[in-house]
Amino acid sequence: MSETLIKVEGVSKKFCRSLKKSLFYGVQDLGREVTGRRHGGNGELRADEFWALKDVSFELKRGECLGLIGHNGAGKTTLLRMLNGLIKPDSGRIEMRGRIGALIALGAGFNPILSGRENIYVNASVLGLTNKDIAAKIDEIIDFAEIREFIDMPVQSYSSGMQVRLGFAVASSFQPDILILDEVLAVGDFSFHAKCFKRIGSISRNSAVIFVSHDQSSVGRICDRTILIERGRCAYIGNTIDALRQYNNAYKATLSVKSTTVCHDDIVFTSILFNCGSRSITLQTSDALNLVIQLETKKSIPIGKCLVSFYSETTVNAGQADFTGQLDHLPEGFISLKLEIPRIQLAAGMYTMNIAIFHANGRDTVLHSISCTEIEVIGLSFLGSHYKIPVKVKLSNSLSRNIANIL
Amino acid sequence: MSDPQITIYTPESLLANPRKMLGDMFRDLAAGRELAWRLTVRDISAQYRQAFLGILWAFILPLANTITWIFLSKSGIVNVASTSLPYPVYVFTGAMLWAIFMDALNAPMQQVIAARGMLAKLNFPREALIVSGIYQTLFNAVIKVALLLVAIVVMGINPGWNLILFPFGILSLVVVGTSLGLFITPLGMLYGDIGKAMPLLMQFLMYVTPVVFPMPKAGIAAKLFILNPITPLILTARDLLTGQAPQFLTYFIIVNVVMVLIFLVVWVIYRLAMPILIERMSS
Repeated sequence: MSETLIKVEGVSKKFCRSLKKSLFYGVQDLGREVTGRRHGGNGELRADEFWALKDVSFELKRGECLGLIGHNGAGKTTLLRMLNGLIKPDSGRIEMRGRIGALIALGAGFNPILSGRENIYVNASVLGLTNKDIAAKIDEIIDFAEIREFIDMPVQSYSSGMQVRLGFAVASSFQPDILILDEVLAVGDFSFHAKCFKRIGSISRNSAVIFVSHDQSSVGRICDRTILIERGRCAYIGNTIDALRQYNNAYKATLSVKSTTVCHDDIVFTSILFNCGSRSITLQTSDALNLVIQLETKKSIPIGKCLVSFYSETTVNAGQADFTGQLDHLPEGFISLKLEIPRIQLAAGMYTMNIAIFHANGRDTVLHSISCTEIEVIGLSFLGSHYKIPVKVKLSNSLSRNIANIL
Repeated sequence: MSDPQITIYTPESLLANPRKMLGDMFRDLAAGRELAWRLTVRDISAQYRQAFLGILWAFILPLANTITWIFLSKSGIVNVASTSLPYPVYVFTGAMLWAIFMDALNAPMQQVIAARGMLAKLNFPREALIVSGIYQTLFNAVIKVALLLVAIVVMGINPGWNLILFPFGILSLVVVGTSLGLFITPLGMLYGDIGKAMPLLMQFLMYVTPVVFPMPKAGIAAKLFILNPITPLILTARDLLTGQAPQFLTYFIIVNVVMVLIFLVVWVIYRLAMPILIERMSS
């Protein structure tokens, strides 16, 4: 059961920046193809062309799952389209063994006027199922999509969620040898999402899977190995955790959110110090995070709501540590607020951290620090974040520049 | 478990291995059979479900054409030379047969353009689109022919035994139309100009084909009419339908044989072109 199903050797693809030239090159390529010459010339670029993908190589066996990560436009989809035989490589060689199933473009070929049932037949035929297969599976498909009562209604009256469910149910109804998944899991509501994962899990046991996603926790959970593609080049191939870490580093380099802190008029000085010292912190999911906010206040300020919140690339509010009630006022003078988060409990990924402390009157901001640090969480825990993160706050009156004393 | 079918993609032209390519072509044609049928059923039922006039659309255009030309000739605005058949019969049969040819000609590009979204994302036998186009053309042709037969009998023409051969006339119109349509598809997908220029060219072609005018006896027009390969197709089909002896039978057979060969070549080109078109379509 461990034969190699996908073999990709030095595959490259070039694209053209200008549409006019692209069309003209299309005619040129057509001429070459028809006269039996090689596609893509001898690997040179024509004017306005660039390598959308360069020298990508990998192999995949049955039962393995390969992740494909990279920024938008890095070349992930181009690679998938070549694997699926939609476009030809300009150099290199791709060998695919067995039946290919692609969970891409769910519901492609749906006709809005026809009923769900009719569309199942069309869509399944497009995916290569025979009439006999379809007849045997139609009930299973309808039940999986949970649309039995609407199945004879025209698809144009379906909600977008229903259409996607139907598309997924059809596309995942047979067992392929090679499964290509492109961002399909970002669809549907939570309960359907869970069903999709279960279905994909059972299909993938018996096939070679290529999985493209921006969702780091899914990639981390599903994939044995991962390729990081940066600007068409294979920047890393191997261990998923390392690939994700490198991806996050690249993300960090491009991150340009400025750290800003806004204070109440009665506060004259603030600084925020972390146990790790730098503005950029790397943690394991189970690690503690300690930080100290130092302040000088002109007078005592009553405190209302207090929050530390974590934002990630994909989730607006990935986690929150609420310490409202642990602090009733800020006394006058030099003070330190020590926040202790015993376990960060965030899923692997990149986060920025915000701290907000509000006045007891509910309106005034006492302290609001935006993007006060970037946190990279690494490790094997790819399960979703705990929304509520436990936190303890300790107030002391000493102002110390020496962080070791406080932390 | 399915047979371990190995697919290899390289930059080499598929023509480098012609035997394998031919094998693949016919394998895909067979594999796309059911899909072609599904697509046909989908398109036809969607088309008629959304149209109030339904099946009328299959012949409204040629009917309007016929009425226009009968009016033009009766009122003397256009002076049409005399035809061996009564002029209304001549025009009606001509317009209907021409409409079948045009359906066949437009089908490949229409099918490919309509399936663009699917083509860009899914791999399925591309031949299914051509076959589905042919099926749909034939479906519409059957409606037209049924109407034609009724009209001819009503107008007092006895088709005679030649009618048995009439399906060949229709088939050759469909084959020739599909070949020409498939020939322009690859370029037409890249450049919109082709789609825009087609109606213009086709209108010209219609006037040098004995659709509404009889064959001219002499002059440059006569040369154009006889050089036009569609001429024997329309004439023969009309002769077979109206019980006359086919005048251009040899020419008709030659055109058909040549066109079937051309069809094979064009099919190869279509196949070679698809990945290139898909790449340029969505880039």
